[in-house]
Amino acid sequence: MAASLIKDLQSAIGVKYVLHAPEDLLVYEYDATIERGLPEAVVLPETTEEVAAAVRVAKRHGVPVTARGAGTGLSGGAIPCEGGIVLVTARMDRILKLDPANRLAVVQPGVINLDVSRAAAPHGLYFAPDPSSQKACSIGGNVAQNAGGPHTLRYGSTVNHVLGLEIVTPDGDIVTLGGETLGVPGYDLTGLVVGSEGTLAIVTAVVVRLLPRAPATITLLAVFDEVREASEAVSAIIAAGVLPAALEMIDDKTMQAVEPFVNAGYPPDAGAALLIEVEGLEEETSEQAEAVRATCEASGAREIRIGMSPEEREKLWAGRKGALGALGRLAPSYYILDGVVPRTRLPDVLSGIYEACERYDIPVANVFHAGDGNLHPNLMFDDRVPGASERVLELGEEIMRLCVDAGGSITGEHGVGSEKRNYMSWIFSDDDLTVMARVKSAFGADERFNPGKIFPTSKGCGEVSSRMKAAIARIGPDAYV
Amino acid sequence: MTDPRPFAPTDEDLSQCVRCGLCLEHCPTYVETRLETESPRGRLYLIQAISDGVIEPTPNALDHLDSCLQCRNCEAVCPSGVPYGRIMEQARSDAMESGAAPLSWRLRALFLREVIARPGRLRFFATVLRASGRVGLLSVAQRLPFVGTSAALAPRMRGRPFTDTGLIARPQGAERARVSMLSGCIMPLAYGDVHRATARVLAHNGCAVSSPAAQGCCGALHAHNGDLETARALARRNIDAFLEEAPDAIVVNSAGCAAAMKEYGDLLAGDAEYRDRAQQMSALVRDVHEYLVGLPFDAPTKTLDITVTYQDSCHLAHAQGISAAPREVLKAILGLHLVEMENPDRCCGAAGVYSFTQAEMSMRLLDEKMLDAQNTGADVIATANPGCLAQLEAGVRRAGGSARVRHVIELLDCAYGPSGV
Repeated sequence: MAASLIKDLQSAIGVKYVLHAPEDLLVYEYDATIERGLPEAVVLPETTEEVAAAVRVAKRHGVPVTARGAGTGLSGGAIPCEGGIVLVTARMDRILKLDPANRLAVVQPGVINLDVSRAAAPHGLYFAPDPSSQKACSIGGNVAQNAGGPHTLRYGSTVNHVLGLEIVTPDGDIVTLGGETLGVPGYDLTGLVVGSEGTLAIVTAVVVRLLPRAPATITLLAVFDEVREASEAVSAIIAAGVLPAALEMIDDKTMQAVEPFVNAGYPPDAGAALLIEVEGLEEETSEQAEAVRATCEASGAREIRIGMSPEEREKLWAGRKGALGALGRLAPSYYILDGVVPRTRLPDVLSGIYEACERYDIPVANVFHAGDGNLHPNLMFDDRVPGASERVLELGEEIMRLCVDAGGSITGEHGVGSEKRNYMSWIFSDDDLTVMARVKSAFGADERFNPGKIFPTSKGCGEVSSRMKAAIARIGPDAYV
Repeated sequence: MTDPRPFAPTDEDLSQCVRCGLCLEHCPTYVETRLETESPRGRLYLIQAISDGVIEPTPNALDHLDSCLQCRNCEAVCPSGVPYGRIMEQARSDAMESGAAPLSWRLRALFLREVIARPGRLRFFATVLRASGRVGLLSVAQRLPFVGTSAALAPRMRGRPFTDTGLIARPQGAERARVSMLSGCIMPLAYGDVHRATARVLAHNGCAVSSPAAQGCCGALHAHNGDLETARALARRNIDAFLEEAPDAIVVNSAGCAAAMKEYGDLLAGDAEYRDRAQQMSALVRDVHEYLVGLPFDAPTKTLDITVTYQDSCHLAHAQGISAAPREVLKAILGLHLVEMENPDRCCGAAGVYSFTQAEMSMRLLDEKMLDAQNTGADVIATANPGCLAQLEAGVRRAGGSARVRHVIELLDCAYGPSGV
């Protein structure tokens, strides 16, 4: 580590927010995954100009820069695979502008997702993307990973809620993409940068769309005897012309794990439950709820509960939201996957997953965004058993294969990062990947911003010690979904 | 002090953390600094790394552990159930016993062991403080460098010390329960009035209240600051003193003490002689608001025409999971208007001796707390722990405000009888 790099960074953004002591760097080697990569320096700029200055120093010294928000990511996106500088946006946490009339806000990347909705709430508005980490994750991270959440089904993911960006390029230039209105001419570079996982640019300000809260919301919980009935009901609901705001599935293993902790009232012998939320105008919402109820009954639901008041609805959601925490307490170790399949293939793919897990003798709990076919199988095991971690990773890969073979994808919302970069060639040809790499070159990024992400490589990310490998078991890459 | 042993908090506890980061926005020091080293997740990672020998327990690394308030807000929201409080206490204890801890930690432990834990010396210390306040020495000291903040923060003694022992209050009407009350260390000296109010309120609700003569400091401050040995010795003394009386409940009006006493079972899990009685004792401990709501308490009849905002004491809300009970007590008072502040369950910066050892961060948190409290327009800031009372009183003096700071029980006492707010 060149002392001159530290010195130059200090003159660019001040001494206080350039970290270089070993114990200060260490806590930036992780995010919410099992990936590890130790940075050589950590900077926490407060302004766009400071970001640009730090990037220019990095360029001069030829070291890579990896942007980091709150470090709650689930694909290793914020891990500096090749060392260099970690640029933390956590101190850039101001809401620069709230414009309720035009239903937008301009925020710095370090603003916490939920804080945007909190600020907009007095105006009856909110920011729609709601990943389960929304109390902790930052808008910058949401933009980088194109984050989703339970309500992605109806409202889309982050890319559908970003109108414009201010970015810093790998050369340290400050550039504006998009704007505060819809219909910006030219290439949709905003759309390109959203989901680029920090490989093209560092986002320093985000123009986000705000949506009005629906006047009416109804939550239904439909209990089924069999997983297959529940997963068939998912497609039946959509086929009936209803587009729920959220459509989640909770299987028997999950319900059994959650019940003692959350007291959600799940029947002990049920096979699966669907949590369905419909919203809109009063009358329309009642009609949709009725359609959902009828469809679920026709699909074999044995019980349907309806929550109208915020308290009742919260109670129905409690089991879903508390699921991962409860599963974490249940097994010594768990590993959560993130795959996508076409909705109509859910019944078959779920059967395939249960079959594979039985073959490996590894218990699985499924709790996921069924409406958009976004699966999160949660593999439970004991990492202290020799070889168990390796078998779980092998099973995980087989399950991802099942998703891809069914016409699906390797990630629904957690991103590619370093965790899944080698699965990219399962769904993209060499030519496909070459075009993507050219985009990266066009931004002048090459290996300067967040190297080792998205694109397949034979290299490992950072140094994965044997202790950390063992920790795969304990931790799993995904702490929650 | 026992023989030096390696820095090694329990792996089992540490492995619970999956680094999801859901604790971050609940950590006062992280929210203030936005530094991962000042977050629960970061501190747990540092503890693991020191324990594994990945990094050295440098003064800088240990300062990241020391800047933790131990408010346990992170523990309350952790989906994986990481026992953060226990881990941090063990880590600080290990740092002390391994010889890595800096002089300041050792001096602090010495003060806690040789003054706070010894009633005679503590009384003397309090007398000096009381006298300094009376002759204006404290206000002079506040202008001095180094000791200025500490002098400003020193609790102002309210009412005469509480020294009663034995049966201190007889039940009004039929006896509903026999309870023992913790007197504690600083509380009876600085907040004698609160103890007297607590005894009156319990008696009003049909409790025979006793204060065992043989009891002493609960040991919470010692455990939080890495002196588990003294904490255990104090716990044993209290177990002997309280179980001797075989009360229906042990009622505590200090959130930090009740939290520690509810964990005596944990603290003495390795003590074959005391293990069972420690669990028995912990099972009897009740926070005073929790106890009153469970009785349930008599509705007060006197009207108090005041606006109150309630600051959750961390070791009540987070360590004991009790946030509704004190509010229920307040809402039962006629005329009392309860206005919630922003983040009522965020630490005010008192955190035991933290306000003295980490004065800068403590003051940052206090100043924000004062803004939040002032925004409610409350006449009274109510809370449930002596440290919080002293800190908030200092905050009001610092901000030049006019709000009064009161224990919730003082307000209930007032609504039962003739004394003023």
